[in-house]
Amino acid sequence: MSRDKTMTAEQVVGRLGSGMTIGIGGWGARRKPMALVRALLRSDVTDLTVVSYGGPDVGLLAAAGKIRKLVAAFATLDSIPLEPHFTAARQRGAFELVELDEAMVMWGLTAASQRLPFLPVRAGLGSDVMRVNPHLRTVTSPYEDGEELVAVPALRLDAALVHLNRADAHGNAQYLGPDPYFDDLFCQAADAAYVSCERIVDTADLLKDAGPQTLLVERPFVTGVAETPNGAHFTSCAPDHDRDEPFQRAYAQAAGDPETWRVFAEWFLSGDEDAYQAAVAAFHEEEAR
Amino acid sequence: MTVTRAEYCVVACAEAWRDAGEILAGPMGTVPAIGARLAKLTFAPDLLLTDGEALLTADVPAMGAKAEVVEGWLPYRRHLALVATGRRHVMMGAGQIDRYGNQNISCIGDWTRPKRQLLGVRGAPVNTLNNPTSYWIPRHSRRVFVERVDMVCGVGHDRAAAAGPSATRYHHLADVVSDLGVFDFATPDRTMRLRSLHPGVTAEQVADATGFTLTIPDDMPYTRAPTPEELRLIREVIDPKGLREREVPAA
Repeated sequence: MSRDKTMTAEQVVGRLGSGMTIGIGGWGARRKPMALVRALLRSDVTDLTVVSYGGPDVGLLAAAGKIRKLVAAFATLDSIPLEPHFTAARQRGAFELVELDEAMVMWGLTAASQRLPFLPVRAGLGSDVMRVNPHLRTVTSPYEDGEELVAVPALRLDAALVHLNRADAHGNAQYLGPDPYFDDLFCQAADAAYVSCERIVDTADLLKDAGPQTLLVERPFVTGVAETPNGAHFTSCAPDHDRDEPFQRAYAQAAGDPETWRVFAEWFLSGDEDAYQAAVAAFHEEEAR
Repeated sequence: MTVTRAEYCVVACAEAWRDAGEILAGPMGTVPAIGARLAKLTFAPDLLLTDGEALLTADVPAMGAKAEVVEGWLPYRRHLALVATGRRHVMMGAGQIDRYGNQNISCIGDWTRPKRQLLGVRGAPVNTLNNPTSYWIPRHSRRVFVERVDMVCGVGHDRAAAAGPSATRYHHLADVVSDLGVFDFATPDRTMRLRSLHPGVTAEQVADATGFTLTIPDDMPYTRAPTPEELRLIREVIDPKGLREREVPAA
């Protein structure tokens, strides 16, 4: 029997340190490890470099002033195109941005996972991604074509945070929705990866109702597993739960103004994860009235 | 039967995918999405469409309805890989676009501290260098059609040429469709040209709403009207709720 890697969200964050480079899985407002992000918000860890297909994970960390540098192609709430904390943080110059194309982020993570210094891509040539990232270099094909391509540097991570539907105690993790996003790459690109999941199950139960291709992350790439039910809230975690659109609207509305945001944060983010989930339940009771 | 401006726009967007063959249509925005569905139901039956998430759908549902037949799987990682195969024609939006077709969806103002942060570059760089790209601008104005974009996300003709053969190899800007007309880059210097006016719009009106000098041919055709069958498909099958009229209100 391999090692038991279960831990709490607090224990996950206890292993992170200020100044680290942290990759966050999911995409936009889809299957984000929000319970781990909330635990991070409650900690003293700061001065982070964050690599993300950005959603409210980026928004919340930016609003809390924890991001020193962001590596991203966008930040969005999907059904609401602009992430309000991200846009506000950019407009006040709150952090350094490494703005890359979506495919460049994918190949940067792939390079890191394959222990390569870079991978060549066509994306970026001719665009201002090259202007705003003077550290990016091109590479010339050694073959007859002689093409000059962008050498996307490896996006190596100190830690990765991802949220999946199921995992076992050993770190084998499973997605049950339609899209794996890039969670396996984030884990492989990181020195330590932490998986939160809706439910921890016995290894033997992982494939009870699903095919083997749902097993996205293998245990050698996982340091810790945290069971965080509804832990992607308010982002989607199909098929366990959809995006909480009413809550997301309330979040976006509150984020538009410092005073309403203070009230919102006090209401939802001043306590622990149980308090958060209870406040969300109360929010919906009030909505239903 | 009066054809609305939005319906001319739908047909103009659909035309971008004529003769496209067996490729993925990547419409962004309501009118392009209706246009792609119209193309698939009429003159471009081989097109592939997605459900907006990770599935390729074989049937053509109404806007907002769920597809019933799935024919393929296209999560983000495969979507980004598909772009590099070239088997896709995307129609993106633009916060700004210039005469060479450089497009900006990242931010307005100085990039280091933008006046207005938008989405970020997203996949515009990879899209424009790898697969045919068109643009949809629902509100044609000098704020969008600018002399110079603040951040080149989608690469235009001048920038691709300056970047060299690897940038131009698969670079293809097709159409720009706005609520006023249809535009392309069929000029000697690959700058933007007015190709057709939507009925009810004048060339002067387009020139006034454009922040750079457009090539405007003397003999300007009008954007073609939908056929009666196309109009029926738009109104009864694809967009019975009339979402198109919200994106392009009656002039």
